[in-house]
Parts: sequence; C-alpha cells; structure tokens
Amino acid sequence: MAPLLQSSQPWVEKYRPRRVKDVAHQDEVIRVLTNTLETTNCPHMLFYGPPGTGKTTTALAIAHQLYGPELYKSRVLELNASDDRGINVVRTKIKNFAAVAVGSGHQGGYPCPPYKIIILDEADSMTEDAQNALRRTMETYSKVTRFFFICNYISRIIEPLASRCAKFRFKPLSEEIMSTRVLHICHEEGLNLDSEALSTLSSISQGDLRRAITFLQGAARLFGSSISSKDLISVSGVVPQEVVQALVAACKSGSFDSANKQVNNVIAEGYPVSQMLCQLFDLVVESDDVSDEQKARICKKLAESDKCLVDGADEYLQLLDSCSCMIKAFSNMPEGFSNEI
Amino acid sequence: MMGPFPSGPLKWLQEQPSSRLLRSFPASSSLLYTQHKRTPSPSPSKMLWVDKYRPKSLDKVLVHEDVAQNLKKLVTEQDCPHLLFYGPPGSGKKTLIMALLRQMFGAGAEKVKVENKNWKVDAGSRTIDLELTTLSSTHHVELNPSDAGFQDRYIVQEIIKEMAKNRPIDTKGKKGFKVLVLNEVDKLSREAQHSLRRTMEKYSASCRLILCCDSSSKVTEAVRSRCLNVRVSAPKEDQIVKVLEFIGKKEGLQLPPGFAARIAEKSGRSLRRAILSFETCRVQQYPFTNNQVISPMDWEEYVTEIAADIMKEQSPKRLFQVRGKLYELLVNCIPPEVILKRLLHELLKKLDSELKHEVCHWAAYYEHRMRLGQKAIFHIEAFVAKFMSIYKGFLIATFG
Repeated sequence: MAPLLQSSQPWVEKYRPRRVKDVAHQDEVIRVLTNTLETTNCPHMLFYGPPGTGKTTTALAIAHQLYGPELYKSRVLELNASDDRGINVVRTKIKNFAAVAVGSGHQGGYPCPPYKIIILDEADSMTEDAQNALRRTMETYSKVTRFFFICNYISRIIEPLASRCAKFRFKPLSEEIMSTRVLHICHEEGLNLDSEALSTLSSISQGDLRRAITFLQGAARLFGSSISSKDLISVSGVVPQEVVQALVAACKSGSFDSANKQVNNVIAEGYPVSQMLCQLFDLVVESDDVSDEQKARICKKLAESDKCLVDGADEYLQLLDSCSCMIKAFSNMPEGFSNEI
Repeated sequence: MMGPFPSGPLKWLQEQPSSRLLRSFPASSSLLYTQHKRTPSPSPSKMLWVDKYRPKSLDKVLVHEDVAQNLKKLVTEQDCPHLLFYGPPGSGKKTLIMALLRQMFGAGAEKVKVENKNWKVDAGSRTIDLELTTLSSTHHVELNPSDAGFQDRYIVQEIIKEMAKNRPIDTKGKKGFKVLVLNEVDKLSREAQHSLRRTMEKYSASCRLILCCDSSSKVTEAVRSRCLNVRVSAPKEDQIVKVLEFIGKKEGLQLPPGFAARIAEKSGRSLRRAILSFETCRVQQYPFTNNQVISPMDWEEYVTEIAADIMKEQSPKRLFQVRGKLYELLVNCIPPEVILKRLLHELLKKLDSELKHEVCHWAAYYEHRMRLGQKAIFHIEAFVAKFMSIYKGFLIATFG
C-alpha cells in the first residue's frame, strides 16, 4: 500500500505530542511519569477522564519513550474497543503476551526496563467477565508486564482491577491551554483565526481538544485559511443559537401553532434534533426567568425524548412533543392529561 | 373499495421513500447488468424533469451554491476526507454527491452499471449468503446497506475489504482511491455503525466513504466525528421558485405569475416534489391557468379523508373502517411513520389548541412504540383509537 498523502493525515495524529512532557495541562500525571522515565519503575496505571484530554497520547508517549522505535513492536500490545476483546482474547492473546519474559538493558539511549506494557484503550467497554479474567493475569505476571487501562468512566471498571492500579484523573482542558494549542497548530498550518472564532471553538468543543482540532481541520478544508466563528459552527453541526432561541421564544408565547412552525423549520433546515435537545437543555437550565419546577418538568421531558431518539423514533414528532411540554410548563398548565389510562 | 392510486406511474414516483438507490435512475432502465450512462438516455424528452434537470456539475447547482463551492475547494486540494451529508428528503444531497463524484473523476463517474452482487460471508460456524443491488462505475460503488436488514454489518465489512483489495493504480497523478457511497446510514444497525468506524480508519488510504442520511441523530457520534459533516438544508420557497422558473424557461413554457410560488408552497420545501408536481400540472393542463388546481398526492388526499372520517364519528365500527383504509396505504408502500405524521398534521388542523398538546404527545408515543415493535398497523390503529377516545371525551365534556 502506498504511503498516505501527507495532507490526508488527520491533524489530531499529526500534532499528537510525542513526549510525555509535551502533554498539556495534566501536571500530576506527568510528574509521576517523568519520574518513571528516570527510575524505570512503573506501577499498573489507570487513566480516566473525559474524551480528548490526552489519555491515549500519554500512554503511547511513555511507551515510546521507554522503548524507542525498535523495541516498541515487541514490547507493547495495544488493544482498543474496535479489536475483539472478549474473554477469549483475554485468556489467550493477552495472557500469552503477558507471559513472555524480557531482558533489560539500555538500547540506543532508551531505558528499556525489563517489562512489557499492555495498553487497553477504552477499557470501560470491556465486559465484566473479561475484566474478571484479567485479575489473576495481572498479578501473576506483574514482574514482566505492566497494564495501562484507559477509560472515560471509572465506575465501569470493576473494583478489583481499579484497586490494583495507580489511578490518574485527566482534567478537561481549560480555555487558555486549549487556545495556546490551537494557535500553535494555526501557526504551523498557516491559518488565520480571530479571537472570536477562538472562543467559539473552545465553547463548542467543551474541553475536548481532539474535537477542537477536528473542527479546525474540517473548517480549514472547507473554507480555506481564514476561518470565522460561523464557519466553525457550520462544520461542528451545532445549531446556531438564534434558532434555539427562536424555538424557546415560540414556546414561551404559548401558541402551539407557532411552536409547530418553528419545529417544522428546524427539521427542514436539517439540524440534528439530538443536538437541538442538548442545546435546549443548556438554554433552559441557564435561564433565570424559569422557575425550578418548570425546569424540572422540561428536563424530564427532554430526557425522555432523547431516549426515544436513541431508539430510532421520528425526529419531528419527538421535538414537537418536547415543545408542547415546554409550552405547558411555561404557562403552568397541569402536567399529564385529563383522561390518562 | 377504490385504491388510492388511480392516476398512473408518475404519481407513484412522487415521494416513494423506499429504494433510494434506484430512484436516481430514469424509470425505464432494466435492472440487471445494463450498461448505460446515467444521464443521456436515448430520448431526453421521455425523462422525468427531476432527472433531466438534475445539475451535472458543482458549478451548475442552483440551490446550494455555497455548499457546492466549498465541496469544489475540497476536491481540488487533491485529497478528500470522509464525508457525511445530512438533510431532509428532497433537499439535494444525492445531486450534490453525484456532482462531487463527477468533479473528482470526470465523466467516468457517470458510466454506471447496476449489478446484483452476491457475497458469501464466513461467520464462524456458518456461512451467510447475501445479495444486494449495487451501482458502480470504475471509480465508485454506491449501495444501500440497510437493505440487507440485520446482516448489514457483513455488507459493510465485506465490500470495503473487497474495494480496498481492488485498488485502482495510481497513474499520472490520478487519485489512488475509490469512493464508496452509502445511502441511508441512519437505518444501519448499531453493530454495523461500529464496524464502520473501524473499517473507516483501517482502509482510509485506499477508499473514501461518502455517507448520506436524513437525520444525523441516528448516526453514532463515533462515525460522525470521523467525517466532515455537510448539512444540506431544504431549499427555501423562493429558491424552489427560481428552479421551477428555470425549468419552465428551458421547456419553453408560459408561467402565469404566482403559479410557481403556489407549487413551491405546496411542496413542503422538497425540491423533488415541487418539480414532480410541476410536471404533473404540465401533463394535466397546458397552457397553465392562474386558478389551476395543484393536486396534492393521492395518498395525502387519502389520509385527509381518513382524518375526516375520524372526526365525523368515534366508534368501534368507524375504527374498523379506518383500519381498512390504513391497510390500503401500507400495502401501497407508504411508510407507516409518514402516514402517522400526515394524519397528525391533518388532525391538528381541526382541533382546539388545548387538545393539540395531548394529541401530539400520543402521536410521538405511538411512533416510538412502532419503532420498537414489529407490526406498524397496531400502533397506528392504537393512535386512532386513542384519538377517538380523547376527542369523544372532549365532546362530551363540552357539549354534554
């Protein structure tokens, strides 16, 4: 297969930090890991935190820095959610890999400690059985193998596994850190980004650097080198705030027909309704002129509609139903219907 | 009972949402192994206007000029990411995709052939036979994976693997990748979407995916975030008018003032529908007159009739009659959710505002149930029964 064209490489990969100390904003983890690099002593690790905060990057970077490009293939096993990770794989592939003993010794300036690393990305999507099967494996081969678990939700990792690891929480990136990273990429790629677009980018990506970079690349591909905040919004699939506000205003007016008209408009413009529900939620929760009880009623309905959408229900009907509930909540009509069965 | 479709094949084509793949064809083509060009069929006068005036290149697009220009910029950069087009039906997604393919590969992309392909998939203990209609040229393959039902996952994995193996040779700067167009990705099962995300990454060097769907809510975040999302909104009414006037001029027709606007208004912002009903009007009566009736689609009239029936009488007997009519619609391949939505639309027109909330709640409720269940008629009928009970209760409470 021919090598990938340079330009088709996603920027997320292109600008992935290669060294541990380049990882942004996660000081605690980095301190521990730089220490590891010096002493070559490393516990089992468990990284958890929201997407796009650098968990996978950190794990890959430490592995590369420990072994260097030559030994990397033989010393590191990477498995993520798209690989098969049923209990069979744990019993055979992981166990076989873990069992092999390796020597130590400095090679080409890399520490090369006498153990191997198994990186289990998206570990929270492993079945409980598979996780249970790992328990004993981890202990038996702890002399020659270290496990790195990476997950979004630590509650989905079973307690026996979690207690065997050093846990590190990855924080969502703050706005300044994100801005400096984005600006660095813009500089490298020769992009023009004004400050308004920059703040839009941080708000729509919500602390997720990967998303921010993906949006940036999408916008750069479509709109060329100078990017406005409107371009970013159109790439990200976020519904413009005016549309959401118009819908809420129609609901507040109490007229079913005008709300229906707005809903029709949203559907015709092709905005994704799941995204619409998220933004309605944000708007309602943050607004000051809505009472707590009204907020509660609306949120309950939004949650129900969201679940229905996941089940594949029709977008128009669900949004209309949510809006009808909002109208009733705003005008303090009683909940439920007169002849409920 | 009279069937709801008396007036010929033209009406049939209007908004028949099943079988997306074949819709982009002139109606006359035979299906198997026909080698023919998509557009210049023997006599263009026999083609539907929808196909005849479909813009062939990104420069000639009349409605989504901004999107088209952006797409053009995208492909001139010698490289193209995976794309996801989403928007309501009749907004021009398919037209944009075809124009984009032409822009990428030149006229070669228009020489398509229809094939019925068979795959034998080895799935552990058994082998699965799959059959699917595909539309392919030397540069791209187009298919409708959701037609394979619950086995759609194998289609997604197999065909991409196959395409990656038959990679076109990279000569003289020609692009070394094929394009796979997948329709109706929102109807794919969750497993298929998950295996799609892995395949998208693995074979990204040799093939590009163009996904097309009505609502991006039903596509998983993982797939969406790997694509460049392109929203195609429904055309505004004045844009539809512009297109209709353009066609009228090309056909040499006299349009009375306001006539195009009336068609546009009736079309519900679907360009395909507008053009089809424009052509229907032309067939029915020409020269156009100012007060010419723009007939709605037969099934819509039929639903209106059902709604009127329901409003007139609320009784088990009437419910039974309505069931017969609903069956008639379902048998004629009108998708159940479309019927339910239309029925709600008709009923809402006649209701007091206090009842509207309740009725739309139950419509959403039964549509959701329909999605989870198996047989659509149960749920539509349940909605009708529910409505009857609500309405009757309301009448008794108001008038005694």
